[in-house]
Amino acid sequence: MNLNNVLSEIEKVDADVYDRLDTRRSALRNFANLGGKMALAAVPVAFGGLFKKAYAGTKSTADVFGILNYALTLEYLEAEFYATSLMSNNLLPAGEVKNGIITISKHETAHVNFLKTAITAAGGTPVAKPTFDFSGGKGSGNGPFKTAFTDLGLFLAVAQTFEDTGVRAYKGRAAELVGGGDYLTAALQIHSVEGRHASFIRLMRKNLGSGVGDLKPWITGKQSGINTPAVQPSYDGEELTTQATINIININGFKISADAASEAFDEPLTPEAVLKIVSIFFAS
Amino acid sequence: MPKSQLTESRLLASKEEIAQLSRRKFLGFAGAATGLIVVASSCKKETTASKSTLDGVDLGSGDPGILNYAYALEQLEAAFYTQVIMSQYSGITAAETSFLTDIRDHEVAHREFFKNALATGAIAALEVDFSSIDFGSRASVLATAQAFEDLGVTAYNGAGRLITSPDYLVLAGKIVSVEARHAALIRELVTPGSFADNTALDANALDGARKPLDVLAIAGKYIKTKINASNLPTY
Repeated sequence: MNLNNVLSEIEKVDADVYDRLDTRRSALRNFANLGGKMALAAVPVAFGGLFKKAYAGTKSTADVFGILNYALTLEYLEAEFYATSLMSNNLLPAGEVKNGIITISKHETAHVNFLKTAITAAGGTPVAKPTFDFSGGKGSGNGPFKTAFTDLGLFLAVAQTFEDTGVRAYKGRAAELVGGGDYLTAALQIHSVEGRHASFIRLMRKNLGSGVGDLKPWITGKQSGINTPAVQPSYDGEELTTQATINIININGFKISADAASEAFDEPLTPEAVLKIVSIFFAS
Repeated sequence: MPKSQLTESRLLASKEEIAQLSRRKFLGFAGAATGLIVVASSCKKETTASKSTLDGVDLGSGDPGILNYAYALEQLEAAFYTQVIMSQYSGITAAETSFLTDIRDHEVAHREFFKNALATGAIAALEVDFSSIDFGSRASVLATAQAFEDLGVTAYNGAGRLITSPDYLVLAGKIVSVEARHAALIRELVTPGSFADNTALDANALDGARKPLDVLAIAGKYIKTKINASNLPTY
C-alpha cells in the first residue's frame, strides 16, 4: 500500500488534520506535565483551562460541552434518586444495602460536582438540574415506579436500571471523545465506577432473592431480572455475541456459551435511546 | 562502520519513523471507515521489524500496540481464572464457583477476541508466573483476583486516550465496564461494602487510570515473558 497516496486522500477530506491533531496533542502534553504537580482538588479547574486552549475556535467545543452536560444530566438523575432514598424512612435495611447506597450516593454527588466544575472552568455553562419524577410518570407522580421509595425490591430494580443505563450511556459517547485526552480519561473513570455500582446493586438484588431470576453482577443476554417491561429498552441490544465481526461463542474452540459471550461485553446506547429511556423521569 | 552502511541504516530508521507517524494518523480514519482488518494488517510489517532489534515480546505501536497490550493483560487474567477453576480453593461455595467460572469464561472470551482481532499482528502466548499465589487458599486467590481486576480497570481507563480508532475505543469500553463489574463482585466477596471504596476511587469518585508502563511494572510480577512496550504511544 502506498502511504503517500493514502495520506493525500485524507488531506483532500480534511486539510487541517495534522495541524489540529498536533496542536491538541501538545496542549494535552502540557497539561499532563502540570497535573503531576497539582493538588487533586485543583484538577478540574486546570482541566477547564486546558480545554479552552485545545478546543477554542473549533466546532468540537460545543460538541464536548454537549457530552459533558449530557453526563451531568444523568448524574443529577442518579444523585437525586439516591439522596431521596436515603431520606425515605424504612426503605433501606441497615447493613450492607444501606451502607452501599450511602457510598453510591456520595459518588453520584461527587460526579455532579466534578462535571459542573470542569464545565464551568472550561468556560461552559453547566445545565440546570431538571425536576425529576422518579415514578417514571413524566411529572404525574403516577408512573410504573411510583412505589420505588417504599418498596425495596422496586427501588433496587430502578437503581439497577439507572446504573446499567449509565454504563451504556457513557460508552455511547466515548467515540466522540477520541483525541480528547484528559476529558476522555475522566469520562472513562466515571464510566467504570457506574459499572462497579451496577455490579453491587445486582448482587444485592440476587442476595435479597425472589423474582430476579438468575441475576448476576453482569448482564446476561438482554435480561433485566425485573418484572416491568418499562425497563426493557435499557437492556435491548445487550445480547450481542459477535464483536467486530468476530463470533465470541465457542471462539477458537474454547467453550464459551451465548450467555457468557454476551456477558463479556457491555454494549453502548445512543444518546437518543438514553434520552428516551430517562425522559419518563423528567417532570420538566 | 563504512559510510554507505551508516547512511542506509539512518535512512531505514527514518523511513520507519515516517511509516509509524503516517500509520498513526491513518488509523484514525481507517478505524472509522473500514475497521478491523485494515488495521490489523497494517501493523504486521512493523512488529516483525521491531522484534529483530529489541529484547522481549514487542507489543508494537499505534492502535495495534494498545490492542496487544490489552491482549497481554487478558492472557494473564484468563490464565489465572483457568487455574482457579482447575484447582479450586478449599471451602469454595457453589455461588463462588459459579461467579468465578463466569469470570473465567469472560476473560477467555476477551483473550481470544484480541487474538483474532490482531490476527497475524498478535503477540505470542505469554508465560505466566503464579508462584506467589496459593491456589488452595480463598484469601490468596481472591486477593489476587481483586488486584488483577482493579489493575485491569485502571489499565483500560489509562489506555483509552491512546487509541485513535473510535471503533477500538468503544470495544475497549465494552470490556472495561465488565472488568469493573468483576472488580466490584470480587471486592464484595473479600470485604462487604468495598465494591468501590477509597482504595479504588479518588476524592472525586473517579476510578483509577494508569499508564501502560506503570501497569506492566505491576503485572510483571506474574509474567515470565519479557515484554517490550517501548513502541507504544505515550502521553
